Amino acid sequence: MMDNKMIIEGSLANVTENGAVTGFSFLGRLPYYRGLGLSMVEDIAVEVDGEAMPRETVRFTVRGKTYTLDEMETVYDDRWNFGEKAQISVVKAGGLGDGTHKVSFAVRMRVSYLPFVPTTKDTKDLALAA
Amino acid sequence: MAIKRGVSLYSFQNETFQGKMNLEDCIRTCAEMGANGIEVIGEQTFWGWPEVGVEDAAIENWHQLIAKYDCVAVSHDFMLDYKRYKGREMPFDEQVASVRKDIDFAARLGMKYIRALVSIAPEVLVAAAPYAEEKGIKILIEVHAPLHFDHPWIIRHAEAFEKTGSNALGFLPDMGMFLHALPQVWKEKFLRVGVPKPIADYIEKAYADRVLSEYVILNVQQMGGVGPAIAMAETLRHNAAFEPKRMLDYMPRIHNIHGKFYEMTAGPNAGEYVEPSIPYDEIVAVLQQGGYDGYICSEYEGNRWIEDAMEPDSVEQVRRQQVMLATLLGEPAPQLLNAA
Repeated sequence: MMDNKMIIEGSLANVTENGAVTGFSFLGRLPYYRGLGLSMVEDIAVEVDGEAMPRETVRFTVRGKTYTLDEMETVYDDRWNFGEKAQISVVKAGGLGDGTHKVSFAVRMRVSYLPFVPTTKDTKDLALAA
Repeated sequence: MAIKRGVSLYSFQNETFQGKMNLEDCIRTCAEMGANGIEVIGEQTFWGWPEVGVEDAAIENWHQLIAKYDCVAVSHDFMLDYKRYKGREMPFDEQVASVRKDIDFAARLGMKYIRALVSIAPEVLVAAAPYAEEKGIKILIEVHAPLHFDHPWIIRHAEAFEKTGSNALGFLPDMGMFLHALPQVWKEKFLRVGVPKPIADYIEKAYADRVLSEYVILNVQQMGGVGPAIAMAETLRHNAAFEPKRMLDYMPRIHNIHGKFYEMTAGPNAGEYVEPSIPYDEIVAVLQQGGYDGYICSEYEGNRWIEDAMEPDSVEQVRRQQVMLATLLGEPAPQLLNAA
């Protein structure tokens, strides 16, 4: 559910630190009818123009707090709320080139009551914000 | 006492997720439909719940809105994430403590009931019952397809509840378990994702003929069905046309109803609406026969079946169901015809 509403249009941007482009980011929402404690977000997979970004380069930020995916596995006191726009960033020296990129964003969740482990994915063509 | 109408705000998830409706919009919309019972999934409606907590200001806002629109707080649907820890299930005592925390949250919201998901073990609910009694709240396990009132898991719950003698334990049946026809929105979605029409037609007919799901899946495989065709056939594993009258044995413990629906379509006469896959006329008759006097809370779930093709209009769908319910309950419903 909410598959096509995961990636926020117009949110793709390069990340600059101390004058250098160190990666890129976009805003993403949890494809679920409620929020989820971060320990139950099993994986966030990002692909750009068909290239899978390594898991260890992905960062998740909500309300000013940033986590790696491995860190999230033991976070029991924070959540990805219902409809909340998280910043999904990827450490990638030089970031992304100008123009439009095909971004895929997949979230795998551990949901107590489901007899399967859902992965939901959204893919959108996003123009890099100037 | 007559059966009362309410809405689970789950129904408006497509709008609230996108920020198109806020809590006040939801409650006002329900009030305008004469559906004054409000049910929420706590962690959908209140950011922070349960891991971070919810500030008093948000709770005060809730009470102000409920009062402003003359509504009634009915149920907080809790989740209990017993898979919170990777690779190990939450220990029993911690599960019970978690339920107690949700009882406290429901009490803050002024709720009468909390909804337990059907996968929660009866022992956990039984252990939490004395605390619920203390707080004047009932814990209702949601009887939801593919489970039903004759399933051994539900019977285990029923037996455990009876053994306690506690009136703080009960049931919340989801009307989706009385799925008498395959919803058209399901069929259309499966056609969009590539199920060949002859296979989709076959599955729809097989559902109507009440053919055992395993036979249908095999037949679809033999018709050359793969991927989405198998997925469509497998919906028959998770859904069935159980009998509304099976609720009668459990009436003393049924305190809330999920008015699940997938699509409200125009009825035979102008201004009439029906849910073609769920027999609400029969359901309401059974509930009245059983002396039920709680709420039927609309639970619109067609959203996820159409969102790939169009923007759901959840408010209109809920309005139509409320018109149908008002009619079935013998209420005059003039205000509903112009609402939304």
